[in-house]
Amino acid sequence: MTYPAALRYTKDHEWIGVNGELGTVGLTDHAQSQLGDVVFVELPKSGAKLEAGKPLGTVESVKAVFEIYAPASGEVTEVNDDLANAPEKINQDPYGAGWLVKLRLSNRAEITGLMDAEAYESYLAGQGASC
Amino acid sequence: MPIEYPRTGGLVAEHKAVRGGVGIFDVSHMGDVRVRGRGLGAGLAAVEHITMNNAARLAAGQAQYSAMLYPEGTFVDDLIVHRLGEDDFLLVINAGTREKDVAWIQENTKGFDCEVADWSDAYTQLAIQGPRAADVIRKLGYAAVADLSTYWFAYATICGRSDILIARTGYTGEDGFEIYVPSDIETSEDVWRRVLEAGREFGILPCGLGARNTLRLEARLPLYGHEISQDINVWEAGLGRFCKMEKGEFVGRAALERMKSALTRTLAGLEMVDRGIARDGYRCQDEAGNVIGHVTSGSPSPTLGKNIALAYLPPEFAALGTVVCVQIRGQKLKARVVPTPFYRRPRGQEPGGGKGHSSAPR
Repeated sequence: MTYPAALRYTKDHEWIGVNGELGTVGLTDHAQSQLGDVVFVELPKSGAKLEAGKPLGTVESVKAVFEIYAPASGEVTEVNDDLANAPEKINQDPYGAGWLVKLRLSNRAEITGLMDAEAYESYLAGQGASC
Repeated sequence: MPIEYPRTGGLVAEHKAVRGGVGIFDVSHMGDVRVRGRGLGAGLAAVEHITMNNAARLAAGQAQYSAMLYPEGTFVDDLIVHRLGEDDFLLVINAGTREKDVAWIQENTKGFDCEVADWSDAYTQLAIQGPRAADVIRKLGYAAVADLSTYWFAYATICGRSDILIARTGYTGEDGFEIYVPSDIETSEDVWRRVLEAGREFGILPCGLGARNTLRLEARLPLYGHEISQDINVWEAGLGRFCKMEKGEFVGRAALERMKSALTRTLAGLEMVDRGIARDGYRCQDEAGNVIGHVTSGSPSPTLGKNIALAYLPPEFAALGTVVCVQIRGQKLKARVVPTPFYRRPRGQEPGGGKGHSSAPR
């Protein structure tokens, strides 16, 4: 399993893709396979302020609820409304149609502290995860 | 038993396999206690003393859902009583309460001339559940399975092994069987493998604790520590139909008699109206925000496509159609009281001439 090289990753299995001042956030393939079938997602509204490392919402499988942590700080500009009726997109297309929110970054320097694809893969291997 | 088997599809797939075809559960963690009288009906008398249902009316080969109660009329555990013979009984109890139950049974049958033996480690218990379960059992060697009615059991040759106890019982709300095979590793693994092979044409999946929970929740079957516990009495839990007060004395009877008309809470079924999932332990509130009860079990329902829950509510809030609020991560979300069980298996699937009870627990 290779993780998209253009993205950056957190220890809690979120990814962020950066394009200038805008970031797109989602959950990694590892996260969605650990979760099982996603049945419900709770996301912030446009305009909400996110703080790196703090919860931005929750994702639920049948069995349990998990918090989603913001990879970076900023203001939410767009929320993936498709997930309300089709939460399974997170399982099916975690880097594409399963995106969660977009935000305007308030501190681009935070991104350099995140793992790149190679580091994330090593991190997973260290956790005993199989790709 | 793991929560789920991700490689073959996970919780939802397992749940759907049981509802539409067949699934297999390794439930060996459950306990088995044999109570055998040494003379003059002492075994029956002992079982009648410690359980609330009427074991005397069981024929040899018949089983019943029952419970052991504290003197306060609250639950030690729920269980299935199997009558092996005139004065010989097998009690199948929960894994989580096994040691407590065995000690309880031994302590409370001291005054009876009977033998109490913990047979849990001698058996591997497998549950094969779903509308195609009988077909699987037939393929495994029990040709006369159609003659076995719900809540009856027999000894049959299964997977080439003779005298295997097979009961038409389960915890899913579907037709199904629980088989008790010798617990040595070689036998257990061989039987497991053969069941999966025999079930392949019916889409059999190994099922874990996650699906076990969503299946029993849809069927309104209680789980110890949630709907029943040492703080909850028989009337509150809505299990009065398994409590035969008229049979005579049993532990907890006097307290139940006193409490019959003084119900302060009752177990109700909820369906979420607002978008959200009510889960175990979440608080229930009235419109004004006063706490009125709590959720005992809650989850999305894979069969119904809705979010369902069981909750203890005051009787005045438990009427069908009542709207209550559930506190979900800081938000008050609406839910409606609905009838239970949430799911009943379709008519026309009654085994053995229709003597079965499709909503019998376990």
